[in-house]
Amino acid sequence: MTAYLFRRILYVIPILLGVNLITFALFFFVNSPDDMARLALGGKRVTEESIERWKRDKGYDKPHFYNDAAAGTDRFTDTIFFTRSASMFALDFGVADDGRDIAQEIRTRMWPSLAIAVPTFVVGLAFYITFALILAFFRATYVDVSGVIVCVAAMSISSLFYIIGGQYLISKLWHLAPISGFGEGVSALKFLALPVAIGIVSSAGANARWYRTIFIEEINKDYVRTARAKGLSELRVLFRHVLHNAMIPILTGVVVIIPSLFLGSLIMESFFSIPGLGSYTIEAINNQDYGIVRAMVFLGSILYIVGLILTDVAYTLVDPRVRLD
Amino acid sequence: MPFKPVVLWTDALLFLLLASAIAFWWHARARPHLRRPWTKLAGSSRGMASLVFIGFFLVVGLLDSVHFRERIAGEGSSQQFAAQTRSLLDAIVGPLGSRTEKTYSAPLATHLFAKETVELADGARVRTYPRLRYGGAHLSDPASEWQADVLRTAIAGLGVAAILWNVLALAVTALVARRSQRSFTRSWHAIWHGLEAVPWRAILCSAGVLILLLAPLAVLSTKYHVLGTDKVGQDVFYLTLKSIRTGLLIATLSTLVMLPLATALGIMAGYFRGWVDDIIQYVYTTLNSIPGVLLIAAAVLMLQVYMGTHPEVFDTIEQRQDLRLLFLCLILGVTSWTGLCRLLRGETLKLREQEYVQAARAFGVSHVSIISRHILPNVMHIILIAVVMDFSGLVLAEAVLSYVGVGVDPTMTSFGNMINAARLEMAREPMVWWSLASAFVFMLMMVLSANLFADAVRDAFDPRVNGNGREHA
Repeated sequence: MTAYLFRRILYVIPILLGVNLITFALFFFVNSPDDMARLALGGKRVTEESIERWKRDKGYDKPHFYNDAAAGTDRFTDTIFFTRSASMFALDFGVADDGRDIAQEIRTRMWPSLAIAVPTFVVGLAFYITFALILAFFRATYVDVSGVIVCVAAMSISSLFYIIGGQYLISKLWHLAPISGFGEGVSALKFLALPVAIGIVSSAGANARWYRTIFIEEINKDYVRTARAKGLSELRVLFRHVLHNAMIPILTGVVVIIPSLFLGSLIMESFFSIPGLGSYTIEAINNQDYGIVRAMVFLGSILYIVGLILTDVAYTLVDPRVRLD
Repeated sequence: MPFKPVVLWTDALLFLLLASAIAFWWHARARPHLRRPWTKLAGSSRGMASLVFIGFFLVVGLLDSVHFRERIAGEGSSQQFAAQTRSLLDAIVGPLGSRTEKTYSAPLATHLFAKETVELADGARVRTYPRLRYGGAHLSDPASEWQADVLRTAIAGLGVAAILWNVLALAVTALVARRSQRSFTRSWHAIWHGLEAVPWRAILCSAGVLILLLAPLAVLSTKYHVLGTDKVGQDVFYLTLKSIRTGLLIATLSTLVMLPLATALGIMAGYFRGWVDDIIQYVYTTLNSIPGVLLIAAAVLMLQVYMGTHPEVFDTIEQRQDLRLLFLCLILGVTSWTGLCRLLRGETLKLREQEYVQAARAFGVSHVSIISRHILPNVMHIILIAVVMDFSGLVLAEAVLSYVGVGVDPTMTSFGNMINAARLEMAREPMVWWSLASAFVFMLMMVLSANLFADAVRDAFDPRVNGNGREHA
């Protein structure tokens, strides 16, 4: 197991390097720093001097990969790639356009993101699985058929409508929760209720239907017939046997997203003005702050890969047939 | 010529896609083993009913993809063409697109939504709701005539719908009667009791719903702004119709980008294994590990910089919108091929060990022929299912991306931009709800029919699903 994990972590390095190169190419080759400077400074009548100054301030005035002018190892380290991209491996994300340290900002902003994402994830998962189990229990009856129809209709509605509709109904019409914002400590609870509820409802259709498919597939297997033949009640079969064995396909889809919960949800946070990482990213996109976007891309990839490794570990926990070595 | 055709990049690609779909259909028509799943699909009432709706969206989208510039003056070589590019859809809906009011007006309204200071004939100034320039302009006294006129027009619309539907039903019955050599009444009986192989009843019902919805809208829109007007006074019904093309293009062109990548790389990884597999797996794990929205955001940001610094590349607004849309499809395709690629790799790994592939290899058949004759036809169903399943997701993605600010050009009509604008309208007092509601209804219709159709396609093509649509044990 330890040896396996070690190998997996070694395998992560080329992938992160690839991500790093892709983002680097996207941000520095598609458009030269000169182009970015011209756009950032605005207009066409920008002097060469101001462009040079902008590039020097940002540290973009160096060569891409190889610095002829420098000596020794500086030939590789005194380049845009090393100072801007490779430094991200050390979680040094540099400074945003407004002068704040990106890493520090991420550390403070990840808590509001987690405050929304974790309850949405946990309560949502419990809700979807319960709903799907109910549908599987009533399979091939009108309950099941109408449940599936509701799911398909629900997943055909854009998440934006759920948010706009929820804000209008619950906050504006019924005054049950504040329309947006965020507070400290216990006062945060009343701000969290609505985004969490909407987050759960907006992806209920697709998730419940997916879990139902997994359960139905599992229900048709031989061991379930054996369990029924032994005279076990349908409920016991569902919860003890089916749910247990369905954990394997469920885990595949679920564990991988757990680390990414840190990043929060882009639209949710911007609609409810929650000062998390999602809204941070949106602001960065709107302000064209490339440093932040690059940092978030890199962070997102790390979290995704951590998720992949966690998935493998989780398999060994629920499925004794799986051994990692 | 009274007009000059304009072919945008996206138009050309859309028609190319349509042509290849027709070519594929023609190819499959004569081959029973290829035809079987299609026959099954044609027998699914859910699939056919949703296909009617998809057909409507497709026709609107295609009509809106035939662009031209009208001649405004001159003959022969000295012709002058309008600067504005119009589409066939604009020509069909006629004045709907050009009848713009000053600002917001409610659906079917005769007056503007906001009060304005109006100068009367005797010079006095009053604050009142001014009459609309076009909506209900034929009424001399809206207060007394409006209700009756709207009712009359709506009933006329329902009448048109009834006539259209009856004509359609008669045509279908006549067709069935000719094919089955039965009398007209017996054919109608067979259709109505679901005895035909093709579920004509479901098709007619679904077409009935569609006609019943659209005909009154269309008839009312000749006299009123049937779904209201937006901030700059444009007819919301017109904007909704224009949004269909954007959604359709995003969904189909992204697929066009994604398909060759996923198919070629997935089959190669599974078939050749070894280092080819390693490299391809590395590429898709790397791409997959970048959060999709962020990769799209980063790419679109870079495009914006490019567009900002190279304004000379784009002659017209349409071209700028078009290139941005095309680029968005490209990047959506690049971020979404990995799932299908992994599926195809797994399936090819299984197929390459089959006896017929082994035999072909023993006979010395080249890799290219094995892949194209033995592997590709056997993974076709996976590709097709993945394509239809992705369709609805891409339409929904457009709305979210446009909201985040990395979607289609902000000046382009799309569902995402309509919803985006509606956010500010919702905060107004009293609320402007009609753009949001129209975008909601039309988008729901589009995505729901795509989802239902995708389910029917999966049922028809997935070999794990047997005849009656239930999955095997």
